[in-house]
Amino acid sequence: MFSPAILIAAIVNGLLTGALYALVALGLTLIYGVLHIINFAHGALLTLAMFGAFFAYRTLGLDPYLAVLALAPAFFVLGYALQRFVIGPAAHGDDRNILLVTLGLAVIIENALLFAFRADTRTIDVPYAFDSFNLGFTFVALPRAVGFFALFVAASALWLLMSFTDIGRAIRAVAKEKLGAELAGIDVAHVYAVTFGLGTAFVAIAACLLMPSYYVNPSAGNAFILIAFTIVVLGGMGSVPGALIGGLIIGVVESLSSLFLGESLGQIGIFLIFIGVLLVRPNGLFGAWE
Amino acid sequence: MKDFGSIVAVVLLLAAVPLVTHSNVVLNFMVVALMTALFGQGWNILGGYGGQYSFGHAAFFGTGAYVTAVLQVRYGINAWFAFGFGIAGGALVGAVIGALTFRSGLRGSHFALVTLAFAEVLRIVASVAPMTGAGVGTLIKLDLRPIAFQFQSRAVFYWIVLLLVAVALLTTRLIERSRFGAWLVAVRENEDAAKALGVDVAAVKLGAMVISATITAAAGCFYVQYFLFVDSAIAYGTWISIEALLTPIIGGVGTVFGPLVGALVTKGLGETAQALAGDAPGLDLVAYGVVLVLVIAFLPRGLSRAGERLLRSRVLPRGEAGHG
Repeated sequence: MFSPAILIAAIVNGLLTGALYALVALGLTLIYGVLHIINFAHGALLTLAMFGAFFAYRTLGLDPYLAVLALAPAFFVLGYALQRFVIGPAAHGDDRNILLVTLGLAVIIENALLFAFRADTRTIDVPYAFDSFNLGFTFVALPRAVGFFALFVAASALWLLMSFTDIGRAIRAVAKEKLGAELAGIDVAHVYAVTFGLGTAFVAIAACLLMPSYYVNPSAGNAFILIAFTIVVLGGMGSVPGALIGGLIIGVVESLSSLFLGESLGQIGIFLIFIGVLLVRPNGLFGAWE
Repeated sequence: MKDFGSIVAVVLLLAAVPLVTHSNVVLNFMVVALMTALFGQGWNILGGYGGQYSFGHAAFFGTGAYVTAVLQVRYGINAWFAFGFGIAGGALVGAVIGALTFRSGLRGSHFALVTLAFAEVLRIVASVAPMTGAGVGTLIKLDLRPIAFQFQSRAVFYWIVLLLVAVALLTTRLIERSRFGAWLVAVRENEDAAKALGVDVAAVKLGAMVISATITAAAGCFYVQYFLFVDSAIAYGTWISIEALLTPIIGGVGTVFGPLVGALVTKGLGETAQALAGDAPGLDLVAYGVVLVLVIAFLPRGLSRAGERLLRSRVLPRGEAGHG
C-alpha cells in the first residue's frame, strides 16, 4: 500500500483543506442554527466573494489577506440586506419558500457572474502561493497553514461575540426560543438579518483565504457548497464546534479517499458519509437524539 | 368527465401546433418546453401534492436517459424496449431512494439535501464508470427509422412528447380525484395529523415518489432519443433538478396545469433573454431566478392560479369569483 510518509502527508493536507471547508460551513451552520433554514445561496455568495478578492488584487493590488478587512464587512452588509429585504419578506415564513428563495438567489448570482465574466477560470499569482515550510515530518504549503490558523481566529472571534456581547445574547435567545425572545423585546427580524450577515461575512473570509491557492470561475463555489452541507449535517445542524470538527474530518476523509480511490471517486466518499449520516443520525454526530 | 375535459382540450390544441407551423425553431422550442413540463409534472406530484421538496430529481431523469442509451448502444436492444426499461429503471431508483429516506423519516430540508446527494453520487459514478461512457458520454447512432425510435420529422417527436405529457396530466388529475391524492395532500398539510388519522405516511410518500420518478424518467428517456447524446453533466446535472422544481413552482405548485404553464413561460422567457443577450451566456438563467423569487414573493400559488383568478374575476359576476 502506501508508505507512512505519504499517509501522514495526506492526513496533514486533509486537515488543512478541512479547515477551509470548516470556515465555509461555519457560516452555513450559524444561519441554520438561528433561522433554521438551509441557505442554498451560500455557494454562490462564496463565488461572489472570490471574485471580489480576485478583483481587489487585480485592480487595486490588494493582497487577499488584506482585502478580507474590506470584504468581510461588505459581505456582512450584503447578507444583512438580503435577509432583511429579500429572503425574509419573500418567504412569508414558510420553510419551503425560504429554500426556494435562496435557491433563486443562487441561480441569479451565479448566472449574473457567468454573464459578466464568462466561464473563464481566473487565478491570482501572489508571490507566496507556492511557499512551503518543513514541519519535520512533512511539508506544508504556506497559504494553507494561514487558512488553518485563520479558522481558529475566526471561530474564537465568533465565540467571543456570541458569549459576551448583547447582540450575541440576542442571537442565542432567538435561536433557543423565538417567541420568548420576541416577547422580551428583541427585534427578531433584525437578529435574523445580523445572523445572515455574519454567515455571509464568514463566506467572505473563506474566499480571501482560498484565493491565494485556488481559482475562481462563476461556479467555483459549488465545489464547496455540497461539502459544506455535509459538514453541517455531520457536525449537527447549527453546532459551531460540530462544524469545526466536521470540517476537519471531511478534509481528511476526502484526502484519504482520493489517495485510495482516485480524484473523482474520492468525492463519493463524502457523499456516502453525507447520505449515511442523514439516514441514520439526521441530527449529526454531535447533535442530540430527536 | 368535466375534470378531464380541460386536459383533452389543451392537448388537442397543442397537437395542432405542427399543422400550423413547419418552423423547426418553433417545433424545437415546443419539444423542449413539453419535455420540461413532463419532468416538472413528475416533481409536482411529489413536491406539489405531497409537499416533499426534492432537490435531486436529476437522479430519475438521468437514470432514464442512461438506461435508454446504454441498452441500445452496448447491448443492441431495440430503442422502444430500451425506452421502457429506462422508465422502469428511473422508477426503481425512485423506489430505492424513497424507501431509504422515508423510512428514516427525513422531511423538509433534510429530504431536500439527501435527494441532492443521491443525484450527485449517481453523477460521479456515471462520470467514471466505463459502461456509461465515463467522461465522454454515450452517443446513439443516427438511424432515422421509426423502429429505432428516430424520426425525420420533428413533428413526430413533438406528438410523442405531447402524448407523454397528456398521460402525465391525466395521471395527475386521477391522483387529485382519488383517495390516494387526498392522503397525499393530508401529508403535505400536516404530516403528524395525517398519521394520527391513520394514514400510512411512509407508504403514501413512497407511492408518490415512485409515480414522480416514473414520469421524470420518461422525460429523460425522451431526451436521449431526441438529442441522441447523454453525459453525466447533462443527465445527472444540478440544473435538471433545479428546473424540475422551478417549472411547477412558477406555473402553480400542486395544480394539474402548473408545470405546463411554468415550462412554456420560463422557456419563452429564456429564449427572449437569450435573444437580448446575444451570445453571452447566463442572462436566461438570471431571468429564471428573478421570476422564481418574484413568484414566491408575490404569487405564492403560481402563475396559472393567478391567471385563473384574473380570468374568473372578469368572466363571472362578483361573489362567484374565487371559489374552487
